[in-house]
Amino acid sequence: MLEQLESLYQQLFANLQAAQDTAALEDWYRDALGRKGQVQLLSRQVGQLEPGQRPAFGQRINSVKNELEAAYQKRAALLKRVELEARLAAEQLDVTLSGRRQFHGRLHPASQTLRQIYRIWGDMGFQIYRSRDVETDEYNFELLNIPQHHPARDMWDTFHTTAPGIILRTHTSPGQIHAMKEYFPEPIRVILPGMCYRYEQITARSEIQFHQVEGLAVGKNINMSHLKGTLTDFARRMFGAERKVRFRANYFPFTEPSAEMDVECFLCEGSGCHLCKQTGWLEILGCGMVHPTVLRNGGYDPAVYAGFAFGMGPERIAMLKYGIEDIRYFWSNDLRFLEQF
Amino acid sequence: MRVPISWLKDYVDIVRPVEETAELLTVAGLEVKAIEYIGIPGGRDKERLVWDREKLVIGQILEVSQHPDADRLVLARVEYGGAETETVVTGAPNLFPYVGRGDLSGRNLYSPFALEGAVVYDGHKEGQVKMTLKGRSLRGIYNRCMLCSEKELGLSDEHEGIMILEGDFQPGTPLQEVLGDAVLEIDIIPNIARCASIFGVARELAALTGQQLRPPSYEVVPTGPPIAGKVVIETESPELNPRFVAFLIEGVEQKPSPAWLQRRLKLAGQRPINVVVDISNYVMLEMGQPNHTFDYDFLRRRADRYDPDGPVKIITRLPREGETLTTLDGEKRALQPFNILVTDSAGALSLGGIMGGEESEISPKTTNVLLEAAAWNFINIRRSSHALKINSEAGFRFSRGVHPSQALLGACRAAELLRRYAGGRVAAGLVDYYPLPPEPQPIPFTAAELARIGGIELTPAEIKEMLARLAFTVAEEGDHLLITSPDYRLDIEGSHDIVEELLRLYGYDRIPTAEMADSLPPQRNNPDLEQEERIKDILTGLGLQEIITYRLTSPARENRLLASNSTSDDRPYVTLTNPITVDRVAMRHSLLASALEIVASNGRHQEHIALFEIGQVYLASEAGSLPDELTRLVVVMSGVRRPSHWMDKQPARPYDFFDLKGVMEMLLAALQIGEVHFEAAQNPVFRPGRTARLLAGERALGLVGELHPLVGEAFDIPGEQPVLAAELQLENLLPLIPARHRVESLPHYPAVREDIALVVDQTITAAEVTAAIRRSGGYLLADVTLFDLYEGEQIPAGKKSLAYHLTFQSASKTLTDKEVGKVRQRIVDQLSRQLGAKLR
Repeated sequence: MLEQLESLYQQLFANLQAAQDTAALEDWYRDALGRKGQVQLLSRQVGQLEPGQRPAFGQRINSVKNELEAAYQKRAALLKRVELEARLAAEQLDVTLSGRRQFHGRLHPASQTLRQIYRIWGDMGFQIYRSRDVETDEYNFELLNIPQHHPARDMWDTFHTTAPGIILRTHTSPGQIHAMKEYFPEPIRVILPGMCYRYEQITARSEIQFHQVEGLAVGKNINMSHLKGTLTDFARRMFGAERKVRFRANYFPFTEPSAEMDVECFLCEGSGCHLCKQTGWLEILGCGMVHPTVLRNGGYDPAVYAGFAFGMGPERIAMLKYGIEDIRYFWSNDLRFLEQF
Repeated sequence: MRVPISWLKDYVDIVRPVEETAELLTVAGLEVKAIEYIGIPGGRDKERLVWDREKLVIGQILEVSQHPDADRLVLARVEYGGAETETVVTGAPNLFPYVGRGDLSGRNLYSPFALEGAVVYDGHKEGQVKMTLKGRSLRGIYNRCMLCSEKELGLSDEHEGIMILEGDFQPGTPLQEVLGDAVLEIDIIPNIARCASIFGVARELAALTGQQLRPPSYEVVPTGPPIAGKVVIETESPELNPRFVAFLIEGVEQKPSPAWLQRRLKLAGQRPINVVVDISNYVMLEMGQPNHTFDYDFLRRRADRYDPDGPVKIITRLPREGETLTTLDGEKRALQPFNILVTDSAGALSLGGIMGGEESEISPKTTNVLLEAAAWNFINIRRSSHALKINSEAGFRFSRGVHPSQALLGACRAAELLRRYAGGRVAAGLVDYYPLPPEPQPIPFTAAELARIGGIELTPAEIKEMLARLAFTVAEEGDHLLITSPDYRLDIEGSHDIVEELLRLYGYDRIPTAEMADSLPPQRNNPDLEQEERIKDILTGLGLQEIITYRLTSPARENRLLASNSTSDDRPYVTLTNPITVDRVAMRHSLLASALEIVASNGRHQEHIALFEIGQVYLASEAGSLPDELTRLVVVMSGVRRPSHWMDKQPARPYDFFDLKGVMEMLLAALQIGEVHFEAAQNPVFRPGRTARLLAGERALGLVGELHPLVGEAFDIPGEQPVLAAELQLENLLPLIPARHRVESLPHYPAVREDIALVVDQTITAAEVTAAIRRSGGYLLADVTLFDLYEGEQIPAGKKSLAYHLTFQSASKTLTDKEVGKVRQRIVDQLSRQLGAKLR
């Protein structure tokens, strides 16, 4: 009977290897190891053996069962794997077909640039101070050392409202006076973002509204070196650590000395191109030491305090950075433009 | 302002290359916007003609004779520094008069001369087309060189004749050295009005480079009878007209100016007219002192009507009521009470400091000229130029300030040039009315102040030396310096200006850079901005695109909303007096109107629109005060809910009310705002029955709804798809955001989910049913979610079925079926009692 068992074992083992799919494999299992399977049937015949032979037969039939079970598991895993491979092979895709587009919400490019500016100045200890869009002539001009009819007013074409002395701010500089009046006698480090308005024809180069970010630092120990150091740091973070900057004398009625900060053109790296109009430099921001009259108007004694101020245009910066050719794109909000950021 | 280098060299040696000179000026505040090169190398334009030093030279015309076989051609024999003279064939009409005059060598007749192989512009072609000069026969005479016209050299479009040079030259001199030039285009910002002249720029350059300055000569050689008794001056408002200087020049000859003068005017961008006008303009460009020439005989004739024996009486005064003046541009000007006039006894002659009058203008017949140079109050000139809308060179300079000292110098310079080049006799003496010469105001200054503001350390001696280069005088007085600026420096008011002057000369690039060492101010947050930015992040996270629109609009544009969508409309608009277009005359009242314009403009090419904006609206208050600026949030959605894809068998469904409401709910949830609810609302902007008001208690936060189709039509929004829109008042919403919120712990015990379908009257809202379920579910009911709404055949008329997922959960144990069943039964019972709901 032991021989019968061995031959059954051989037979079943061969049958197992012959099973080519999971269905055949299940059939085999029922036939071989099922409750009414051949191994079970044979084990029931143990009574026909001599008692002395029974333990050996019992042991062997258990090991046959275990071996077949293990072989079955192995075969089952293999067949499952083969079938999976076959199914995966049948279900392959043309991966060059286009993907399913998703809607991606984005910030407006002006907001993106503003945030970048906020972050850099925030890291340098400048906090954000906002003030109103519709301003008085007094705050927009007179307190900033730009009296009525002064030729410096030519630098700002102004929208006037029907209320006398009330205008749309031409720059965020009135915020300097508001901040100084609010914070005196504390030292000040603020940036002043906001929408500004100019009476200009709307063209590819000029707009009636645009953002500006001004900055103001006031303290007892602030001079032109600090202005240069701070703004150079800003330029390096905004435009790249290797970017050269240039300060040149300029004029603003609310600063003296005044300067313009140019940054080496990022398109041609200073060798001259259409972006920088062949100069190698891009005008990025105006700056200067706060004019004593302005400090005084803000409540700070110019003999004790000094400060610097600067101003830049996020749209202009974005235009330079991304090569945007038409400033009207910003407020026309064509999604084909907005979706490029 | 255009500044030719050749002209600058009259007053200062230019020791550096043009580009370096331009950079030096730029960094010192005289920004060179562009450099135009003429004939010489430089710049980055590779296409521009550079005159070959060997092949484009000065030629002297020795003889002109008729071409044997052509009436319209002549032969010119030219000395150009070569071994032999060269004969060229030319059709230049301006050589015809010299035909047959024999030897011309004594006449100093010079012209630019091109040798074979020279590159010039083709004189016969439109625009500037380069050509290389090649030898060829012209009617039988071999010709390999050329006398050049201005067009061939790229100097102008002039091609009528060859260019004839006045002066004395060495034949063969490279043309570059005679006519080669570079013109700097300098941006004159308001505080460098002193540099609005060639000499002004030279003065600045001399200070920057340490070169010697050579001022023009102001000496006048009087050759005529005295002016005394012929002209008197009176100024009624010396504060508006502090100085008035006049010369009388008799017997001037009206003729073209000398070529060098014409050339300078052209390089500086002015058209030569005749010698009298040109000299007046030349002196203005050279020195920055505008001046004016009157026809003296015209003035005399007018004076004769009043006082035949007396002098011509010039009076500067403010206009009489209703007075007008026709300026020399032919415009009849209605004068404003502050427009100062130059007048005589008979009436107005010119607008002081801005523009001459037509009547008293010099004419081609004028022989006797009254030359005026005056000083005017710059504020008043600017105000007048603006009011009368006149842009003149004189107005430009006077409105930026020209010191009275310049009036005398300018008058002298012009008078002498008129004598020299217009053949006039300058009457001996001048009339100079200068009642109030300003006192110089010395400014106290210290090296410590320079360090405090400028960040550089200089010794008093260094300060003195540097300021001397700018013609400042410096006196030492005790521990400080007393600094007096030269009179033309109207921009120097205080020590801060002195700091800038020193920094400019020191070089902005040499100022050390330093980190701020001052103490930081108290650190504060900007909570409103932070919350606005947070809302932007949430909405972009939900797939919405931010827009930023014009804040200027017009009431007509906003009225397309057909009615008020907020409380704004009860308030007046902030309206402009000087709008740029009729479309943008007022500050907006509504963000929704702006956003709908963007929906319309994008609708033509976008299948999907989901936008938001955070910005201000402007509500005017009572007259004279500042408006309220209130922050609003607008959200608009329209079009497909999902981008279309090739695998989709059906087009994606369009956005509907619940997409927008979902966005609003997600936003409120993300902001942790709990205590708000939506209720049905009526508003003409929105479609009836599809409009909700968002409320926090009794306080309205805004409207959420489907746009009324008529509003969509009014905004030209293309297509039939619904537009969903919400406008919220952030000033009411932001205070609801809690400073902090508690995070729920994760449950330890499993949840049990049960579904329940209830049939209720159609008049009962979903919100009422949900609220009732929550109330009766008690603390074990963790969540209620509607998953189906059914109205139809299997439900009695007037009823609807609402199906909910109910989630039960306990924080302390696993719930049994019995416990859940009890709560469920309680819900069913109570809803039956409260709302008449029946289990379906």
